[in-house]
Amino acid sequence: MTLGIVMLCHTALHRAAQVARHWAVAGCPVVIHFDRRVPDSDRAELVAALADLPDVRFSARVACEWGTFSLVEATLIATTQLLRDFPGADHVYLTSGSCLPLRPVAELQAYLAAHPGTDFIESVTTADVGWTIGGLNKERFTLRFPFSWRKQRRLFDGYVTLQRLLGVRRRIPAGLVPHLGSQWWCLTRRTLEGILQSPDRARHDRYFRRVWIPDESYFQTLVRKVSAKVESRSLTLSKFDFQGRPHVFYDDHLHLLRRSEAFLARKIWPDADLLYATYLAPADPAAARPEPNPGKIDRLFAKAVERRTKGRPGLFMQSRFPTKARGGNRAAAPYGVFEGFADLFEDFHPWLARVAEARVHGHLFAPNRVHFAEDETIFKGGLSDSATLRDYNPRSFLTNLIWNSRGERQCFHFGPNDAQPITLFLAADPNATLMIVSGAFAIPLWRSGRPVADIRAEVARLQKIEAEFIALLQAPETKARVRLWSLADFVEDPVEPLHQIVDDLNPRASHRMTELPSMVDLTGFASFIQELRNQGMQPVLMGDFPTEIDRTQLRDGPSHSQQAK
Amino acid sequence: MSSYRLRLRRKYLLLRAFRRRRQLKPVVNRMAACPRQPILLFSTMRNERIRLPYFLDYYRKLGVDHFLLVDNGSDDGTREYLAEQPDVSLWTATAGYKQSRFGTDWMMHLLRRHGSENWCLTVDVDEFLVFPYCETRSLRALTDWLDSSGTRTFSAMLLDMYPKGPMHEQPYHEGRNPFEIAQYFDSGNYVIHRNPGLGNLWIQGGPRARLYFADQPKQAPAMNKIPLVKWHPSYAYVSSTHMMLPRGLNLVFEDSGGEKPSGCLLHAKFLDTFAAKAEEELRRGQHYAESHEYRAYREGLTRERDLWCYWSEKYINWRQLEILGLMSKGNWA
Repeated sequence: MTLGIVMLCHTALHRAAQVARHWAVAGCPVVIHFDRRVPDSDRAELVAALADLPDVRFSARVACEWGTFSLVEATLIATTQLLRDFPGADHVYLTSGSCLPLRPVAELQAYLAAHPGTDFIESVTTADVGWTIGGLNKERFTLRFPFSWRKQRRLFDGYVTLQRLLGVRRRIPAGLVPHLGSQWWCLTRRTLEGILQSPDRARHDRYFRRVWIPDESYFQTLVRKVSAKVESRSLTLSKFDFQGRPHVFYDDHLHLLRRSEAFLARKIWPDADLLYATYLAPADPAAARPEPNPGKIDRLFAKAVERRTKGRPGLFMQSRFPTKARGGNRAAAPYGVFEGFADLFEDFHPWLARVAEARVHGHLFAPNRVHFAEDETIFKGGLSDSATLRDYNPRSFLTNLIWNSRGERQCFHFGPNDAQPITLFLAADPNATLMIVSGAFAIPLWRSGRPVADIRAEVARLQKIEAEFIALLQAPETKARVRLWSLADFVEDPVEPLHQIVDDLNPRASHRMTELPSMVDLTGFASFIQELRNQGMQPVLMGDFPTEIDRTQLRDGPSHSQQAK
Repeated sequence: MSSYRLRLRRKYLLLRAFRRRRQLKPVVNRMAACPRQPILLFSTMRNERIRLPYFLDYYRKLGVDHFLLVDNGSDDGTREYLAEQPDVSLWTATAGYKQSRFGTDWMMHLLRRHGSENWCLTVDVDEFLVFPYCETRSLRALTDWLDSSGTRTFSAMLLDMYPKGPMHEQPYHEGRNPFEIAQYFDSGNYVIHRNPGLGNLWIQGGPRARLYFADQPKQAPAMNKIPLVKWHPSYAYVSSTHMMLPRGLNLVFEDSGGEKPSGCLLHAKFLDTFAAKAEEELRRGQHYAESHEYRAYREGLTRERDLWCYWSEKYINWRQLEILGLMSKGNWA
């Protein structure tokens, strides 16, 4: 039995010549079709280079335009010629000039001999196709496409819209069930003759002339009418990216291609010298082939598509800068923000680092400088502790910090004294977990021992800032996880919230929390709050501190309460 | 900014470049020997003799077919050396660097004249392009792929490289790989703003921002660059190679979540040659923003001579840069 090769060429002719020679030397007759637009001089050069091979023929030429019937026409012409000139050929393999055989020709011939009468062509009904790009599936067969997609895109799109609007539909010829599939097939002589010599051929051709991308549907549809046995898969490895363009193989793909089960691969970069040298070398029967693992190639290209369409969440860089709605308000990993805890507990910081197994920073947004963990002046990635640099673009600062330390949970303190512009980002970031004890900012002021009259304004200012932050977090657009306690509620029962914090931050922690951070002694704080009220301020964020708890201190006035602690 | 004003601005830039064409005096033109569809490199330089052998060699290996260079009044043999190279076409210009928009006018004239419909790489002599798979695939593989995806511009962010220890301690010798000395970089302190007028990303950061511009971050140099372009006579570089007109060319990034392919320009500025260069440029006053940058360096240099810090990353290869998120393979596999 003989395998005939039809080759469609338009660029990189020297590579096509090499591959044609490879086939011919192995005993396969070849018919080459040149795109009409290939310069005659280039064509003549190639014809001359292959002149010593009697079984390499050249077909009449058609100008090929992607997506149009011209590609099918070229295939029909070349196939007809091959069947006529080489009566011994009983399988015909359609290839392109940038296809490369991955396995010895003898192996392919043996494979086909073992499957006599089988047509290897991917052929899937339109309803089941998942790969088409641009939404044109069934409509490829029911609309008309007189305009070039590449050169007359607006007309193309406009005409499609118009037809949809008017509800114009073409009738699919009786007896045809539209099928789609890879254009690289290997069919038997009997099937091809059935298609080429069909009494309906003229009618079919007329219909497919106005079908969109008929090279992916002409043979795929007609084969179902004439073939005795269709094996619906392509023997050619061909991968497409998310815009429907074929992926290209380079020298560094050699180890992957070795593990493919396909007989041919498309498309090969013309300057991939190593690939051409490796696969066009005379077959060495002794050479062991690695275990086939075509999944590796699938994974490589699937990952490439994912990188292009989804990217790495939380990464902002020169070629990925999503808008807010598309992930632009998201850090790379979950992180914790603590407001008020450092004021309420003496040793909250080391405690948190221990139980949450996280890197705990100080006030990253402190007004004077960035307080990184361990009080470093520069942090991972070269982040500076300069407040000016940070405030120049706080969003970049925070997303950089989280991106740079992915793999390690980050936590930091925040408060109304810190630079506030970052709050917009924090509230909208689904990766942020915000733990807030509202009103705790008053504790350090109370403990400072300054007269209430002096710090009244300061408490009011901080309260206003914190209230604004809390209002922002309670807006419906907020995506961050927020846990909010008023100071009074928290002090009432601190154990439960602390457990909750650990569970939130470190859900897989095996051990239960055994130790608690030690709380500042709040004896006298209630009277301080009362004194603020007496001075005309209205503390609201602290919650209701029952004044009767320390009625004695109240009687003695605030100065006493400060001594009490 | 209205598109009409942008159009006017572009026309103005093109006219500027055209009017300054006579400032360029041809020394040698070897363009005729170029292959079909060559990949071209454009650069302006002054007194860079010591860097040239490695620079030319690096880009030849990468796959550049021809160099179109402007010598801006060198007196250290730069011009003579370049004139001898078989793949260099050379022009000289004695006019002010500053008055020619820091060489951009000259570059644009040459790009328009010789680069149209070719892939053109516009870099400084201390910038070294790395792109995805650059150790196994040539620049031609990249441009072929960009062609097939209908893309005309390729982004490569500037990445400042620096040595460990004071710059003068490890002298640079001619022909040596500068990144054997300047091995380190900052991996994650780049801040990004989107420029509303031209639509490009404005990236700042790295060691320069960290050390020299901590008090005035807005003045820190821009790191975003679009050095590789399939040129068209109507294109214009607006400010060095940072941004372009028409503004659609600036969309080298994806804003709906994915990543487009991008590279990096390794910046070999911080070598022992830097101090002398800073002095000279400051004296000439021919650099951007009244040589503000060089002044900051001089002050920075005396204050803090070592750019290295504990978190500096040691350069390995492009894959490292891609993992760190400084560049991306995009959908090129």
